[in-house]
Amino acid sequence: MSTQTPMIEMRGVHKHFGSVIALSDISMKVHSGEVMCLLGDNGAGKSTLIKTLSGVHPPTQGEFLVDGRPADFTSPADALDAGIATVFQDLAMIPLMSITRNFFMGREPTVGWGPFKRIDWKYADRVAMEEMAKIGIDVRDPTQPVGTLSGGERQCVAIARAVYFGAKVLILDEPTSALGVKQASVVLRYIAKARADGLAVIFITHNVHHAYPVADAFTLLKRGSSLGTFRKEEVSREEVLNMMAGGAELESLDAELAEFQRSDQESRGSPRKAHASSAATAPSSRSQARLAGGY
Amino acid sequence: MTATSAKQMSDDERLKKASPLKKALSRPEFGAVAGAILVIAFFSVVAAGTGMFTARGMINFLEVSAQLGIIAVAAALLMIGGEFDLSIGSMIGFAGILIAIPAVQYGWPLWAALLFAFASALLVGAINGWLVVRTGLPSFIVTLGFLFILRGLAIGLPRLFTGRTQIGGIHETMAGDWLAPLFSGVVGASLFQWLAEVGLLATNFAGNPVVSGIPVAVVWWVGLTALATWVLLGTRFGNWIFACGGDKNAARNVGVPVNLVKITLFMFTAFCATVYAALQVMDTGSADSMRGMLKELEAIIAVVIGGALLTGGYGSAIGASFGALIFGVVQMGIFYTGVNTDWFQVFLGAMLLVAVLFNNFVRKKALEAH
Repeated sequence: MSTQTPMIEMRGVHKHFGSVIALSDISMKVHSGEVMCLLGDNGAGKSTLIKTLSGVHPPTQGEFLVDGRPADFTSPADALDAGIATVFQDLAMIPLMSITRNFFMGREPTVGWGPFKRIDWKYADRVAMEEMAKIGIDVRDPTQPVGTLSGGERQCVAIARAVYFGAKVLILDEPTSALGVKQASVVLRYIAKARADGLAVIFITHNVHHAYPVADAFTLLKRGSSLGTFRKEEVSREEVLNMMAGGAELESLDAELAEFQRSDQESRGSPRKAHASSAATAPSSRSQARLAGGY
Repeated sequence: MTATSAKQMSDDERLKKASPLKKALSRPEFGAVAGAILVIAFFSVVAAGTGMFTARGMINFLEVSAQLGIIAVAAALLMIGGEFDLSIGSMIGFAGILIAIPAVQYGWPLWAALLFAFASALLVGAINGWLVVRTGLPSFIVTLGFLFILRGLAIGLPRLFTGRTQIGGIHETMAGDWLAPLFSGVVGASLFQWLAEVGLLATNFAGNPVVSGIPVAVVWWVGLTALATWVLLGTRFGNWIFACGGDKNAARNVGVPVNLVKITLFMFTAFCATVYAALQVMDTGSADSMRGMLKELEAIIAVVIGGALLTGGYGSAIGASFGALIFGVVQMGIFYTGVNTDWFQVFLGAMLLVAVLFNNFVRKKALEAH
């Protein structure tokens, strides 16, 4: 796989907004038929990175290659033309418009000539219904407003739209964050299917449990820079989680939680157990008092 | 597989056979069509025998409706596209002056003056649109600015060039002009003559039919409504209008040229305001700085009665047209029934509120259950 030309490659990409360094020195490769999970906490730079990938704003510095060729996007339309489809968190769906109108928004099929050129509604309705059926959502009526669909279904319309229009790279921005367990699994299954169809998928999330089953590799972002890319074989779910949240923060949280438990047990007079993690340092009496007060 | 699944879905057991009534109810223009039927029924009882529903009377209220309808259709497209144009009314006055000054003061042929006015109006529309998409300011503010700028120009320019704010003498310039018939006179005169001859239409003392034909304004109204409806429902551009008004970022992200759509819509409202101005100038034979006052608000009322959502993304041109019809029927109905015309505005305001409440209700229904 490493001998292939990556579908998407970023080399030392920086993005600055005035004096704010949103991204610094990001390098990443994604191949066709591969799911790359972009993980990071809030404010890590995930959104800026995908906006750079999808042509919303060009990088301040660094190289960005699509299929081995340098990409110079100035608008989302350029990225679309290059086969990079992004499903944004807000889905680019308009609730009051019909499923068909949304599905073909910006790329409506037409018949007729000159001033009589019109949208081919028959064809459009049929395709919208077929594409939805392929992903296991049977649409009762393609003219119903998208607002009548559930969140997971809307997500699937957005993804199906991107795939239908020949996306080679699919960027999904937090596709499962607002979904219930069952709906999230529908979306995850669809991501796996897109990979099987040979698409390069970049899946942005902060939910490791959603990312881990479908991912081939993880790139971790923290405060605008990359902590590195890891193949799935190399890391466990816990390690990913640890790196993402920042091991130190989690450990100190562990220590604090252990402290709660201990004071709890002390007040009940039960025997004290050694359970604090090795990284836990003895908290000062002052922080204990604060914690007790807050508790 | 796809063929069979499509077939299965087309007779999906969960798809209740929606009655035609329910389907009609979920159309944005339903309220306006029902309202128009209601007011016509109301006045045909209340104003029976007053001459409102004679051929002459009907042409009267159709002409009033047509004038408003011409600008309401454009305002509807713009509002569906997510923007307002408060400068429509001032544009009417301004465009009228731009026709009259060259034609009367400088002796241009009328067609040249008309083309000049249309070109200027399209430019103003483009500037309006360009400012809105460039600055990101609400169009309410930008066009409010132009409401005053254009009104000021409509007063200042004729004073500067002619010393007056009213310019007459248009009728004299109309004779033999090739472009003038597009904005003046009637259509189907021979048909109406024939109707009168076979006794289907009343004649006046001179033996001419009481109605000489369909006023050209009505033809413009119907034509523009048909065009706008075709664009909205049938074309790519129409889909883009809905998309821009629904969510301009979403539209942009899927490649809709949002700025182009919006600027085009602002140019279209300016165009329609100029059509209104041309019709009025040639009908009355004069241009006046104060023409078109408050027409922008009347247009917005017609559009909202027609079922459009103030925030954009939803509405219909047919609805706006029927909104204008309601307007015309009520205005003339009040005149014919002899009710003090002061009450017209009370009715108008109440109508607006009822329409908005009703349309909100319909839209909610459309989104929750289908």
